[in-house]
Order: sequence, then structure tokens, then C-alpha cells
Amino acid sequence: MSAAPLLEDGPGLDDLLAGRLPDERGRFGPFGGRYVPETLVPALDRLEAGVKRYLHDEGFRGCLAAELRDWVGRETPLTPAPGLGRAWGAEVWLKREDLAHTGAHKINNALGQAMLAKALGAKRIVAETGAGQHGVASAAACARVGLPCIVYMGAIDCERQSPNVDRMRRLGAEVVPVTSGDQTLRAAIDEALRDWVSDPEGTYYLLGSAVGPHPYPYLVREFHRVIGDEARKQILERAGALPDMVAACVGGGSNAIGLFHGFLGDPDVAILGFEAGGHGAELGDNSATINFGRPGVLHGSYSLLLHDEHGQVQETHSVSAGLDYPGVGPEHAFLHTVGRVRYEWISDTDALAALDECCSLEGILPALETAHAFAGARRWAAEHPGGRILIGLSGRGDKDMPTLAKFPPGVREGDAE
Amino acid sequence: MTVPAHERIRAAIHEANESGRTALVAYLTAGFPSRDGFADDLLKIARSADVVEIGVPFTDPMADGLTIQKASRRALEAGVTLGWILDQVAAVREHLQAPVLLMSYLNPLLAMGYERLAARAEQAGVAGFIVPDLPLEECDDLDAALSDRGLALVQLVSPVTPPDRLERAAARSRGFLYAVTVTGITGGASGSGGGFHDYLARAQSVSPVPVCAGFGVRSAEQVADIGRVVPGVVVGSALVEALEQGSDPAEFLAALRPEAA
Repeated sequence: MSAAPLLEDGPGLDDLLAGRLPDERGRFGPFGGRYVPETLVPALDRLEAGVKRYLHDEGFRGCLAAELRDWVGRETPLTPAPGLGRAWGAEVWLKREDLAHTGAHKINNALGQAMLAKALGAKRIVAETGAGQHGVASAAACARVGLPCIVYMGAIDCERQSPNVDRMRRLGAEVVPVTSGDQTLRAAIDEALRDWVSDPEGTYYLLGSAVGPHPYPYLVREFHRVIGDEARKQILERAGALPDMVAACVGGGSNAIGLFHGFLGDPDVAILGFEAGGHGAELGDNSATINFGRPGVLHGSYSLLLHDEHGQVQETHSVSAGLDYPGVGPEHAFLHTVGRVRYEWISDTDALAALDECCSLEGILPALETAHAFAGARRWAAEHPGGRILIGLSGRGDKDMPTLAKFPPGVREGDAE
Repeated sequence: MTVPAHERIRAAIHEANESGRTALVAYLTAGFPSRDGFADDLLKIARSADVVEIGVPFTDPMADGLTIQKASRRALEAGVTLGWILDQVAAVREHLQAPVLLMSYLNPLLAMGYERLAARAEQAGVAGFIVPDLPLEECDDLDAALSDRGLALVQLVSPVTPPDRLERAAARSRGFLYAVTVTGITGGASGSGGGFHDYLARAQSVSPVPVCAGFGVRSAEQVADIGRVVPGVVVGSALVEALEQGSDPAEFLAALRPEAA
């Protein structure tokens, strides 16, 4: 595990729980901030002012709550998973973000930001996407609020998530394949930022993960908090007690931060984030930023990062496009540093096996990203017999069919990639 | 008392203006088009330009257009690193006829560590830094490390920078103030027209250091146009393209002088 620098007198978990983080400079302890070209600073200032004005405004919150209920289909169910429970010797509950409109948690943030953009007078929306889930959610939300939407997507991701490309176009978005850089999520963010720099006043950048310059990590977290708030209430009602452990997959970390926030203040609840371990521990073989990264700056914030000794960002690998990213949200870097959340990694092979297990025992096809959380929960269950586990089922796996076709059920040794 | 390095930048711009010229700030990506030819290119450009900016390649150049993206990628593939660049500059420093700045995204600088960076830059004869993803609010630590050794941290402003912020950036800048000509990335169309001139004039009027304007400057006409309002002009992508095509950088830069228009 990497050791991140943290001043001994720096802020801790109490400050986070009391709502004092991010601080006025957009920091979670040392992490976060705003490392962007000058041209974007006024746009971020306007966004921050808009966030302050609308996010806790009763009128805005009322409209958002109604849309979350009527259009997104919240609250999403909490599903008991007795098949997995028997197999693991545990009590397993699934928070079903896969049942939200467009099939993943991403819609919570996409809708919230699209409504915010509309309120702020934006003329067009740009977004990036990795697995395509944020792109689909953005395309749908933009159609709903009536704004044109341009989605940047790495050329490699366009291929491995092709069903989502068609969905975005059908929903009226323009999808721009990105052939520069590593042709995945990271290059898509670079390109979306370039677009935004070129029209910072008319364009709204709808960032899809809990990364980027302040106030994005905060804004994205706030729109996803609903996951953890609902899950906590639901499990208390259904199980009569809090879970012993909460699990989520972590790429940039948006679904995880939303789920985790419901439980950060419950000291008896273990919280685990599972990163994409890809082929293994070597630099370039995985996307497990917190497990293997060191502090650095990418895409506007100071956080943990997979980069070499010269500060060049590394290409990453994961079978899951949505986790294939060399950075991680600054709040996760903070939660790791203060020790509240434990971050582990899961290999491609174990994630694929967990996906099949969930299909066969629960009749649910989770996204490849989500499958990392299942594999991690299974491992934790082996060490904690009888434990009550809550898994954030962040999205459904339909969009992964092109990738899964390369891994027929039962064939697992020697990955195809 | 030796003159602080940042003063050399300012003096070079002033000197060009004194002899009736707009100062030319020329940009090249380190190690592009070839690693072996870099020291030569650098020396040639330093003979023709008044100030030289060496671009440190980075994997995620978010403020750059296609030309510099491609040059950066090629340089990284050739194994160019910040340490190598500093060694190259140090090896020819006695022969450099213009002050040299490094233009780098923040992460490679962070990875070296600010103290070590400042020490090595001073040793190599580098006069300062331009960091396109380090806005005013985040620059204290790097600025402190560089200032200790008299090195410049050039601040950037853009057409959308509000007036009070522009004033603060100008007051903080050392060497020169970099006025980005467009809301956009490098290598696109440059600014023009009345609003554009007003912006540059406003920057110049509040800046204690000379203003140099750049992003998308390609022709002698543009240099002349911008040069009527501010002391210096930055030429980047166009020079990188000329180098790639095998043109002589001295000839290319000479053709940009207003008197050639």
C-alpha cells in the first residue's frame, strides 16, 4: 500500500463527517484542489457559485427529488441475495443501482448536473465516458432537460462497449471517438477538457466521476449520496441492523463515494473499496490506483495516481472499461490516508468468476466493474463467517456483452487479452 | 550581485523592443522531431529568438492542440525526460544566446520535487518556468522554491480572466506575463479584432512585467498586429510544425519578424 503524505495536524475523518471537507480551497486534507488552465478558472468559479446557490436550494432539490422518483425510478431496491449468502456463508444484500434508469448509478449525477447546467444557462453539454454508462446517462439526462450533448469516448472503449455507443446516438448525443493518447477514459477526459477550454462560457462539462478540479469531486459525491442514504435506511428496515461490511468497486470512485457516505459515521461498519487489479501488481498491468499509486496531479486534482518516476501517467489495464483509469477521486485518497476505508484489488480473472457466480446464483448480470466488488465481498466473507454484507451493485452488465463474448462461461485460465 | 535569472528574461524582451523589434518567444518540444538534434535546434532557435520556451513532454497535455500533443508523444517515445532536458540545457548553457524557460505541466515537476527542480534548473542556466495547469491559487509552493533562486514563474491570463484577477496574476508574474490569445488550446486560430486588442492592452496596462501573447500565432502579420499592443509574441505550434518539416528554424523565425511582412 502506498503511503500518502498527510500533515499530522491535518484534517481527519471528523472534519469530513462534520461537513468541513472539502475546505474552501477544494481540499480533502492534501488532496483535491484545482489544477487547470487559467481559461477554466472563471468557469469553475461560476460552477462553484452555482453549486452554492442551487445544491441546497429547496426549489432545486424538490425538482431533482421528483425527477429521481418519476424518471430515474428511485428509490432503487435493496435485494437480499440468499444464493450468494449460502455460497459464501454470509448474509448478502445488494443495493440495486443497476435498476435505476439507464442501468447504472451514473444517472444520479448526470441528471443532477444536467439540471444544474440548465439552471446556470448552459448552451451545450460535453461529457466523457469510459464504459459508456456515464455517456448514456448524460445523453438521456440532456434529452430530458433539453440540451445538446457531445460525448467523448476513447476509440478502444467505443469498440468494447459498442452497445452503449448506439444507445447514446439513439438518445440524440453526438459521440466523438477519441484516437489520441491511450484511447480510453483518460484520453476522453483530456479531450472533453480541451473542448471545454475552447468554450468555457457556453459549454457545461458534465464530469462523470468523483475526480477532476474542485468543485467536481464534491458535486458528484453530493449527487450520489442518495445511494448510501437509501441503503442505510433500507438495511435498517429490512435486516434490523447495520451491515458489518459495505463493498463497492472503485475506478474514479463515484458510486463508491455515494454508497460509503451513508456509513462513514458508523464506526462498526467496515468499508472496503475494490480496485481493478487487471493482470497483476506491475505498473501498467492494472488500474489499482490506491493500491499501487503515488501522489500526483492529473485532470485537475492532486490525488493518488499511477505514474512513473518522471511523472508520466501510465497506461492502465482492466477488463472493465469503467475502472480502466490511472487516477482516483481525491476524497478516496483521503479516506485511504485516514484509514477509514480499506482499498484492495481484484484481478480480471476473479472479477469474471464473480460475475458468473452472480448470474447463476442470483439471476442478475452485474457490470464488469461491479463484479470487482462481488469478488472482494466473497473474499472478505471467507475471513468473516456469517457477516452481513452490503454490496453496491453499481450497474448492469448488458453493455459488457462484446467483452464477455471473449470469455465463455467456464473458460477462465489465460485471459484472452 | 548577479542579476536574478528572471530579470534576464525581462531584459531580453526589453532589449528587443529597444532595437525596434517585437520580442519573439519561440517554443519547441524537447526532443522533437529528434532527440539527437535537440541541442542543435535549441542553439539555433536561441540565436534567432529573444526568449526560448522548451516544452517538457507530458502524457496528458490538456491545454495543447494536435501538433504539440503529437510532438509530446513522439518525444516521450524517444525517452525524453525532465532530467534529460536539464542535462541538455546545462551542456550548452554557455552558448545559449537567449534566456531559456521550461514549459511543463505540473506533474513532471512534482515528481522531481520542487527543491531539486529549482536547484537543477539554476545549475542548468534555466531562467524560469511556465506551468499551464497551475493557476494562481495553487502556485505558492512552486513559486517559493523558484523565487529562492531568482527563477521566474510566469503566470498566464486569458481573454476570460476577470480584471481583478488579471491584475493579481500580473503582479505575481516574473519574467513576463503570458497572455493566452484565445479561449482554447494551442495551435488553433489566434485572436484578432478590437476586443482582442483591448484585452491585450488591458493586460499590458496593469502588468509590471512585459506581456507576451501567444496561442495560434503563425504569421508575420499576426506578429506585427500583436506587437503593436504588447512587447512580445509567443510562437509555438507553427515552429514545431516547421521543425517537423525539416525547415531551418532560424529562417522560419526570421520570416515572422514584422519587417518581413
